[in-house]
Amino acid sequence: MKTKILSIAAGAAISMMAAQAASAATLDDVKKKGHIQCGVSQGLAGFSNPDDKGNWTGMDVDVCRAVAAAVFGDATKVKYTPLSAKERFTALQSGEVDMLSRNTTWTATRDTALGLNFAGVNYYDGQGFMVRKSLGVTSALQLAGAAVCTNTGTTTELNVADYFRANNMKYEVVAFEKADEVVQAYDKGRCDVYTTDASGLYSQRLKLSNADDHIVLPEIISKEPLGPVVRQGDDQWFNLVKWSLFLMVNAEEMGVTSKNVDEMKGSSNPAVKRLLGVEGNFGENLGVGNDWGYNIIKQVGNYGESFDANVGPDTPLGIARGVNALWSKGGIQYAPPVR
Amino acid sequence: MAGEAKIQPYVRTEMAPTMPPPPSTVGIVGWMRANLFSDWINTILTLVGLYLVYITVDTIYDWAFYRAVWTGEDNKACLEKEVGFPVGACWAFVNAKFSQFVYGRYPFEERWRVDITFLVGAIGLAWMIIENLPYRKWVSVFMAAVFPIMALILLTGGNFELSSGSWKVLSFLAIAAFVGVAIVGVRAQSKGVDFDFSTALMIPAAIFAYLFFVFFLVDFDFGLRHVETPLWGGLLVTLVVAITGIVASLPIGILLALGRRSSMPVVRMASVIFIEFWRGVPLITVLFMSSVMLPLFLPEGVNFDKLLRCLIGVALFSAAYMAEVVRGGLQAIPKGQYEGAMALGLPYWKMMGLIVLPQALKLVIPGIVNTFIGLFKDTTLVLIIGLFDLLGIIQLNVTADAKWFAPSVHNTGYVFAGIAFWIFCFGMSRYSIYMENKLHTGHKR
Repeated sequence: MKTKILSIAAGAAISMMAAQAASAATLDDVKKKGHIQCGVSQGLAGFSNPDDKGNWTGMDVDVCRAVAAAVFGDATKVKYTPLSAKERFTALQSGEVDMLSRNTTWTATRDTALGLNFAGVNYYDGQGFMVRKSLGVTSALQLAGAAVCTNTGTTTELNVADYFRANNMKYEVVAFEKADEVVQAYDKGRCDVYTTDASGLYSQRLKLSNADDHIVLPEIISKEPLGPVVRQGDDQWFNLVKWSLFLMVNAEEMGVTSKNVDEMKGSSNPAVKRLLGVEGNFGENLGVGNDWGYNIIKQVGNYGESFDANVGPDTPLGIARGVNALWSKGGIQYAPPVR
Repeated sequence: MAGEAKIQPYVRTEMAPTMPPPPSTVGIVGWMRANLFSDWINTILTLVGLYLVYITVDTIYDWAFYRAVWTGEDNKACLEKEVGFPVGACWAFVNAKFSQFVYGRYPFEERWRVDITFLVGAIGLAWMIIENLPYRKWVSVFMAAVFPIMALILLTGGNFELSSGSWKVLSFLAIAAFVGVAIVGVRAQSKGVDFDFSTALMIPAAIFAYLFFVFFLVDFDFGLRHVETPLWGGLLVTLVVAITGIVASLPIGILLALGRRSSMPVVRMASVIFIEFWRGVPLITVLFMSSVMLPLFLPEGVNFDKLLRCLIGVALFSAAYMAEVVRGGLQAIPKGQYEGAMALGLPYWKMMGLIVLPQALKLVIPGIVNTFIGLFKDTTLVLIIGLFDLLGIIQLNVTADAKWFAPSVHNTGYVFAGIAFWIFCFGMSRYSIYMENKLHTGHKR
């Protein structure tokens, strides 16, 4: 009996040590190994996808690069681990990746029960509807009796059910396993409406045989705030990821871009001086160099630049800023000040 | 004179000249009349068949060539509204992404290493397959003993900086093997059995000399840049997973099959448990466990390579299937063969190696190749653990690169994947038929 108690105690001690190790300073580990291991999606246009040369690009990828720029002064010191939706959280919990920037929706369960911390929101998404222009529909409330194409077993399907029931409308679900199949089915006319996250609607639209024949309806029926995630219990690392993202948003607000950042370094505006590390020791408080802000903006750009380069109107995706505009321009992207 | 009237012989004195057969029964016309238009039912069937062939070929030609786009920089080349006709295949996409399909994200300046590995592998394989080439035995030895190490070092960059622990373990195993052989030898001699020490010690000596050499090579810094496996992709990953699985599964499978038919209960039970466990779980579960669950059990910081985990999983999984295929062959060998071998005084391994297995394996070539082909196609499942094999990387580019979004790109990508897989699988299938024909001694029906 005694030995049993002892072995249980030993087991508990070991598991506590393991927990300690997991929450040990990620920043120190990262500095030691010389790169950030960043979990990204297995391919989502505009957020994390490979370009022609196979380099990862996208808005989610830019968050990883920004953190690398803050830590090392070199945005290229990131290694990417493409993760499926199922394995993403285990990969983070087990320490296989240092951070997760994988279009992950911030929900209560994930933030609390899974032992994760969401370090902000880099894209406010929400589920929307796409229909053929020829239907003459202008609002989702006119969709009573429609056949709706969607993915099986996702929250998308549940959201549609909630929305149609709440508005007392009948509908018929045509569900498929893969996004590609859903698009094909919609394109072939097997359903009237295609629903998924709004950002997804914009990208999938390009796969339709005639993209101009379709419109995205104004209603957004769910909240999907997507953001980078870190392990709970490592506040230093959490702060760093959080503020790397805030810094990009602040830079856009102050008009600091990757092109003018060198001139702005000589700016007399104290807020810009603090942002670029000319004044104050905000970098030091985060555990990195004081020029962290300069490095992020110089190498990755501000939030608006990242948005425009990856998903904005000039890209094939052509997503308007919408709610992702700065708070000062009618959106909800808002970052606490650097001071 | 009248009585002497010449009687005309009524028997021909010479052969009548052979007439050509009626034109309607010979040549292409005759063949067609006999086989295609012999009666009105066959005529209708022929015409329907011809029509089906015509529409199939026409559709394929129309899609793959006539309406195809061959060059272009982005999806504008393959969008109907940009080019003005309904685009068939968008080969421009395959063209632009081809190097990614082959190498994945392997760094550009290091791709020569993959090329060399592919080249040496292909030449070596061809050399072993084609008969009548000189030095075939040596090439086989090279492919079995040197090539895997060479591929490992070239692809990863080598220089693994093995810990002193791994050297110690290897040394310990070497000493243990020598001591073991010595003990067996001394005991045998004490019983008066003739024991040839020099040959008995040569075997472990050779094995461990090879292992030490391998350790040394793997540890040696060749000055190659380290390329971590998450950067691998495309055909490279498909071939690495498939070939490792194929090469590892056959010997392990044979051992398991022999183990399952063994009269030793422990060996038999172990084999049965192994086989039934691995056959009982789906490959997806194996891959998923190796990638998601295993890291949770390992201590923090201990993290071994995802591709390696997947390779081990695939090898063990296919070995279990292979074992059952081989066991089928073993059961087909008549008991007389075993008894004959034993009557000749052959010990177990010689009986199996010289008499039973050569016959058994020959019988199950179709089954073995069937398993190989299945394994080759199952490699596409590695996508779910975030490795991009050929299909995975095509899917990634089709679904995620907005620069190339177009309906035609989508179809072209998957058709290309299908063609690539078909070429490999068909190649394996043809080789299996060739082997069967070559080895069909006495079984032809």
